[in-house]
Amino acid sequence: MLDLSPDEWIAIRLSLKIALVATAVALPFGIALAWLLARKNFWGKTLLDGLVHMPLVLPPVVTGYLLLISFGRRGPIGAFLADHFGIVFSFRWTGAALSCGVMGFPLLVRPIRLAIEAIDRKLEDAAATLGADRLWVFLTVTLPLAMPGLIAGLVLCFAKALGEFGATITFVSNIPGETQTISAAIYTFTQIPGGDAAAGRLVLVAIAISLAALVVAEWLARRAGTRFHGE
Amino acid sequence: MLALDVEKRLGEFSLAARFETAGGVTALFGASGAGKTTLVNMIAGLIAPDRGHVRLNDTMLFDSANRINVPAHCRRIGYVFQEGRLFPHLSVAGNLDYGRRMCGLARDRAEMTRIVDLLDIGHLLDRRPGKLSGGERQRVAFGRALLMRPRLLLLDEPLASLDAARKREILPYLQRLRDEVPMVYVSHHAPELKRIATSVVLLEAGRVVATGGIDVLDAATAELVA
Repeated sequence: MLDLSPDEWIAIRLSLKIALVATAVALPFGIALAWLLARKNFWGKTLLDGLVHMPLVLPPVVTGYLLLISFGRRGPIGAFLADHFGIVFSFRWTGAALSCGVMGFPLLVRPIRLAIEAIDRKLEDAAATLGADRLWVFLTVTLPLAMPGLIAGLVLCFAKALGEFGATITFVSNIPGETQTISAAIYTFTQIPGGDAAAGRLVLVAIAISLAALVVAEWLARRAGTRFHGE
Repeated sequence: MLALDVEKRLGEFSLAARFETAGGVTALFGASGAGKTTLVNMIAGLIAPDRGHVRLNDTMLFDSANRINVPAHCRRIGYVFQEGRLFPHLSVAGNLDYGRRMCGLARDRAEMTRIVDLLDIGHLLDRRPGKLSGGERQRVAFGRALLMRPRLLLLDEPLASLDAARKREILPYLQRLRDEVPMVYVSHHAPELKRIATSVVLLEAGRVVATGGIDVLDAATAELVA
C-alpha cells in the first residue's frame, strides 16, 4: 500500500524541510514578540497584535499575493534581499518556508504570549534579588516557566507549516522538487486521471506526520508539567 | 549599617520614612497597610522611592539627588518573601544554588553543607518546591537567600503563611540565623519579633512613629490593648 514513488518521497522530504526551517526561523521572532506583547505597553501595540494575527483571518491566497508583491523578485523587500544578501524567495523552497512561517506565526506567538502572561512576576522579582539581571531572569525563570506554551506554539506552527497550501502556491507556485509540498502534491494528483492512489498515499503520510507531532508534543508538555509539580 | 530616608506616593497612600539601623536584627513593626512591605521593596530595589536615599554601609543604593539607583540584581541584598517564591521548575538544590550562580560566586561545598545543616534541609535537596510543606519551603527560602552571601537579609513576614505549630518549628532556625547576617525583619506579630529582634522601628500609616530597643514593642502593644 505505502509503496511511495521517488517523486512522492521528494515531496515528503521537502515538506518536512520547509516546515522545520519555517518553525525554527520563526521561533526566536515568536518568542521576542510574545514577550513584547505580554509585558510591554507601547504605541501601536494593538496594531502590531492585529498584524501578527492577520494571516489567521485573511484568505491564504491574499497573504500569498502580498508576499509575492513584497518578497518577489521585483518586490521591494525581495529585490533588496536578493541584491544585498543573495537571498531569493520567489519560486524557491525558501519562499515556501517564508510563507509557511508567516502563516504559522500567529499560532506560534499566541500560546507563548499566554504562557508568559500567566507567569507570576513575583518569581522574576525574586530572581532579581538573587542577582539575576534581566536577560538571566528571562533565560532562567521566564522561558522555562513558559515551556508548555512554547511547546504548544511550536507544534501548532509546525503543523500549520506542514499543511499550508494557499499562500505557498500563490507565492512560489507548485514546482516538483522545489516548492511542491505534500499538500501541493496531493492537489496535483487529484487533478490528473489515475492520481487517486498517489494522493491517497500522501494523505496517509500527512496523517502519520501530524499524529506523530501531536504525540511528541503531548509527551514534551507532560514532561514539562511534571517538572513543575512532580519530584 | 542601613540608613534610609525615603518618600513614596502610591495613590492615596503616602510613605515618608527615615531611620538608621546598627546591624543585628531590626524589626519593622506595624499594622498591615502601614507600608512595611513597600519600604522593604525599596531597600531591595524592587520599587524606587520618589525622593530620598538608601545607603547600606558605604554604598549608596539609591539617591534621588544624584540620580543613583542601583538595580536590584546588583544590590546583594537577600530577600525572603512571605510566600517563599521558590522557583517551581528547579529542585531545592537548584533553588539553593541559584543566587550563587547569578552572582558569579565560586562553588563552595562547605558553605552549602553548613547552611543546609543549619536549616535541616539536606533530605529535601532533590525535591521540587511543589512537594514541600509550608515550613520546609520557608527554610529553603532562608537558605537560598543566605547562600548568595547577602550584605543584608530582608524578611517580609516569613512566618505569616504558617500555622502556630510551623511557626514554633521555624523560630529556632531564625534565631540561629541571627548571627549570620544583619537583618530587617518585617512583621505585625509582636511575640515573634520579641524572640528575634535586637532593635525596633515602629511604622504607622507610612510614618516612623518610634525607634529603639525591644521595649518599643511593649509600649506599642500596650497601646493596642488599651
